[in-house]
Parts: sequence; structure tokens; C-alpha cells
Amino acid sequence: MSIFVDEHTKVVYQGLTGGQGSFYGPLNRDYGTQVVAGTNPKKAGTDVAGIPVFASVADAVAETGANASCIFIPAAGVRAAVLEAAEAGIPFIVCITEGVPMHDEAWFYNKLRRDFPSVRLLGPNCPGIISPGQCNIGITAGHIAKPGGPVGIVSRSGTLTYQALYELKQRDIGVTTCVGIGGDPVPGTSFIDCLEAFEADPETKAVMMIGEIGGSAEEEAAAFIDAKMTKPVVAYIAGVTAPPGKKMGHAGAIVSGGKGTAAAKIEALREAGAVVGMNPTAAGELMVEVVAGLK
Amino acid sequence: MDLFEYQGKQLLARYGVPVSAGEAVFTVDDAVAAAEGLGYPVVVKAQVQVGGRGKAGGIKLAANADEVRVHAANILGLDIKGHVVGTLWIEQATDIAQEYYASFTLDRAAKLHLGMLSAQGGVGIEEVAARAPEAIARLHVDPVDGLSEDQCRAWVDAVALPEEAREGTVQTLMKLYRAYVEGDADLVEINPLVLTTDGRIHALDAKVTLDGNAVFRHPDYEQYDATQERDARERAAHERGLQYVGLEGFVGVIANGAGLAMSTVDVVNEVGGKPANFLDIGGGANAEVMAGALEVINNDPDVRSILINIFGGITKGEEVANGIVQALERVTIDAPIVIRLDGTNADQGRAILEPHRSEWLQMEPTMLDAARKAVALAEGIKK
Repeated sequence: MSIFVDEHTKVVYQGLTGGQGSFYGPLNRDYGTQVVAGTNPKKAGTDVAGIPVFASVADAVAETGANASCIFIPAAGVRAAVLEAAEAGIPFIVCITEGVPMHDEAWFYNKLRRDFPSVRLLGPNCPGIISPGQCNIGITAGHIAKPGGPVGIVSRSGTLTYQALYELKQRDIGVTTCVGIGGDPVPGTSFIDCLEAFEADPETKAVMMIGEIGGSAEEEAAAFIDAKMTKPVVAYIAGVTAPPGKKMGHAGAIVSGGKGTAAAKIEALREAGAVVGMNPTAAGELMVEVVAGLK
Repeated sequence: MDLFEYQGKQLLARYGVPVSAGEAVFTVDDAVAAAEGLGYPVVVKAQVQVGGRGKAGGIKLAANADEVRVHAANILGLDIKGHVVGTLWIEQATDIAQEYYASFTLDRAAKLHLGMLSAQGGVGIEEVAARAPEAIARLHVDPVDGLSEDQCRAWVDAVALPEEAREGTVQTLMKLYRAYVEGDADLVEINPLVLTTDGRIHALDAKVTLDGNAVFRHPDYEQYDATQERDARERAAHERGLQYVGLEGFVGVIANGAGLAMSTVDVVNEVGGKPANFLDIGGGANAEVMAGALEVINNDPDVRSILINIFGGITKGEEVANGIVQALERVTIDAPIVIRLDGTNADQGRAILEPHRSEWLQMEPTMLDAARKAVALAEGIKK
């Protein structure tokens, strides 16, 4: 099993005709994802590598039964694109676009929470989601992940996610679903949302969580792990030695006033019963031990 | 983007927040000229993006031209916690009755905007928060609804302000919230927000951080890019569009992806080295970007070895390897390089690099091994 997506997920790509969309849309389709449509109001009736383009998400939903969207629209258009997908009845929206203004993110997060409470947004500024062998929405290279289980992955960082998928594959460990929640200040889907879904998923037996300095999302996840998780969690936190007050690439990765440090996050996770690796390889090795212990 | 006080005040003034008339100057003569135009007394204020200016002698009252001249000469060039003063803000002096604190920022945990208001302004709000958290009235604002005047009034009522300060504070906070949202700020902070002896509410300082992602809505924000405080290395990286943060060590770090770059910095520390920087070249890792990254690192005199840590995802190992080879043809590097290349088609990538292997270009299979090698090489080369 998987969380949030599976082989029945039908995806419409908002921005399919752009540079990124026209690259990743067909790539995801070739992986086996049901990429059923793209949108562009000026190019309705055309296609991208055989994927039909519609004028709007509503048209795409009516014609193809799309039940997920993937946004590759430039940052300035993301606020409207998220709202368009929600209004068209899309229950799962993945926003890959980076550089979305904080005020837009805060606005559409709360707009969805209030007016479209059943809609799940993933991102912005995330690599997407992959359930290996079933569905790959976003920019993850599908072949670096082994299908099956028993591990679920949730991560704030793109390349570290790929690293984790790859290390597990090399050790012949499968992944149910790998969710990249992104490094922005207002992520649509949180660690807790993913941990909760993995806890409920019978195929997922253990969870790998990759966090970063900044904010308090990892501490909140630790509280959830302590209170609700029965499945083992292996964690890694990037930025242990990051200097305070400096923005490390992701908008979210900044340590301010002693809050959001890696040390505090690691301590909270350990107290919650998670196993924490001090580098990605160590976390991978710890997961191998955990998986061996499951059998 | 962090703004200087004068830039912050000018921005807040656009939204009607009351600030003092003033002028930004760079020389003593211009400081005097500005003061003459404004009328005495004036305040001479160091423009640095760091707290504690007053204690460091960076804020002085001047009653006449001679005093302006003396203070401006003393403050220009002053080193305040590593920030050297190059700009002064000369403004009309204000008669202060009371000092308050007001700010808006994002509460990332609640995913709502957070307003903070306190009658105890003028000192570090962190101190107030630690000593007397109840002295700060917090207000969550839903971004969809915005801040209503009724909500704002109730918030102000929760703070021990004198009657004469209330209405002015409500009106100023409404304007400050507009500046925060419409100005696409990550933070707007007024400390102190003062009640003047003649009963007006007035912003005596302004700390504004703008969201660099929102520049497309505010083309005039480009001007602030020029006044960002960056060291020479950070400036060079910024010009090449690279995500770079200068650190104090001697192992230059290049990685693809912010998380992997952060992780690489951690691993260098873990094995006993000191990273010279954080540098994220993004997903592509083509020759152009790699050459730019190598140039920036190579210009850092403290760098004694370079660690390139690339994980190929969509970008295949051979493309990354070709990028590195081409970059090395374009840039002459003064430090040995250790490459860790993994992920998609890593074997093909390593095969491309193989003929270039030497004392100066080494490869290691894992991140840890590569970090150890880079640190060992750096230690062998004491500059």
C-alpha cells in the first residue's frame, strides 16, 4: 500500500506546456504514473508528448476524471493555480514550484483549510511524492527507489530524499511512499500528516524522517511520535553545524535565537523514541537494522 | 532581504506609518547639510543591520552643526559587532513620553500571521519575553481575513497603554499590518514605537525584512539588493546566482541541493574539519554552474581543499562528470579536489572522471570517505 497516491491516481499537470512541465510530465508518465492531462488556457486542444492539454483544471477533471494535480506554474501564478485546482474538485495538489512568496503560501494554506478542508496540498517548493512502481508525481528520479515496503519516507529536503531512497535500494529495502514536504515556511503537508498516514498504512512498517534546522516542525513531529506512533522511526536532521541567523538555501532552514537548532530537534526526537543518525549514511544503516528487526 | 532602518522607515511611511523626517548620508559634510535642512535638534544614527547600536555609541543627539560634525565623524567607520558603519540616518529628534513595541511576522507553527504588542518597548523583546511573557500581547491574524479594526482595538486594549495612546496605536498597527502584507515583508518591527510628549504615536525605529521571492510584485525592491551586507565571497556567489553562505573554515564545499549541502557541511565538521562555506549549486550541475562555483571557492584564500558532493537524480552521473571536467578546463584551481559522485549512472560518471584522476583530483565512494579525504588533504597543506 501507499499513502496519498497509488496506481489509480490520475494527475493533471498545471504548467505542462512549460519547460519543467513538458520535461517531467512525460517522464512521470513513462514511469507508469497516470498523467491524464495538462492545462494551459492558450493551448487547449494541443498535446505534450501525447498528453492532452485543456484550458482549465475544471475541463481536465470533466474530461479525464483527474483526481490529483501537479503544479509547475511560475511562482507568480501559484496562488491562482492552487485555488483553481481546489475549486475544480482536485483532492490532492502537489506544488513543485519554488520561490513562492510567503504571503501567498500563508494565504492559500488558510484558504484551503477553511473552504476546502478535504483538499491536501503538498509543497510548495517540494520534490513531490513517489510510491515506487505505482505513481511518481514531481521531480524524483523513479529508478532510484525500490517498490514495495516496508519503509515510508518523509523529508523536508530534495537531494537528501533521493540519497535516502538510493541507500535503501542499494540495501534492497523497498519503500511504500516517499513524500517530500519541501523546505518552505508554510508547507501544505506537515511531517505529522505523513507520520499519521504511515502509522495507518498496514504495508508501512517503519518510517524514515529527514528534517532540517529552522522552525519547529521536527519538534512537533517528535511530540506526535511520542504520543501516537507505534512504528519505529529513524531520523536525520541536516544543519547540525549551521551558524545561527544564516539562511541555508531553503527559506525554512534558518536558526534564530537558539530556536530550531538541530541539537534541540535531535533531542526531542530521541526523547520521543526515534533513532537518530548523525549523517545520511548512518541513518541508512540504522534503518537497515530496524528493518532486519522487523522480520 | 534585511533593510537598514532608513529604508525600513521609508517603506513604512509609504503605508502611512508615522516616522520622523530624515535623510540618509555617507559623509560628515552631508550629515551637517541634512541637519541644517531638517532643523535642530537632530539624531545621528548609525545604519547597521545589527542590534545594540545605542550601547555601541552609534546613536547620538546633536543640538547644532558642530555636534553633528563630531558625532558623524565618530560614528562613520565605527565597528559595531563586526558591522562597519558606512551610512548615517539624520532625523529630527523626538520628545519621548513612553516606549512600546510592535511587530508582525509569520507564526510558522500556527501557520497564521502573528502580531506582538507590548507597553515595554525600547529594549530587546527577547528579554521581555523571557522576563515577563505576559507583557507581550500576541494576536494571530488569519491571512484570508486580514486584520479588522475591531480585532486590532481589542488587541490594543489588552496592553497597558494610557488612554491617549490607544487610538493612535490602533491606527498605526492597521497601517503596519498593511505594510507587512502589501509590502510582502517577512518581518516588520517597530521598537520603540513611541508616544510623544505631545500625544502622538510615532515609529522611532524600523526593522523590516522583505521576502526576496516577492520581488516580481515590487520591481523597486531591486534597489535593496545593492545594499545587502555580504562579504566578498558572498557577493561573488550572489553575482553568479549561487546559494552561498560563508563560513570560517578551510574545506570548500560544493553540493547539489540545500539539504545535501547542509549535510556535507555537517559531515566535514563530524570528521574533524572546518568547512569554509555552504554552497548549493541546485539540481542541474552543468559546466557553467560548476565553473562558477569553483571560481567562488577558489577565490577564498582560506580554502585548502575542495569537496564536491553530487547526488545524481534526474541529472545523470555522466552529465555531472562532464560538467566537472569542462569546469576544470575553464578554471585553474589552487586546491586539491575530492569528488563524491553517487546516484543515477554514477559508474559512468566516475569512468569519465577516471582519466583526470591525480593528486589534485581524487574520488571517494561515500560522503564520509570524501569528507575525511578532503580534511586530510587540507591538513597536509597549511597555508
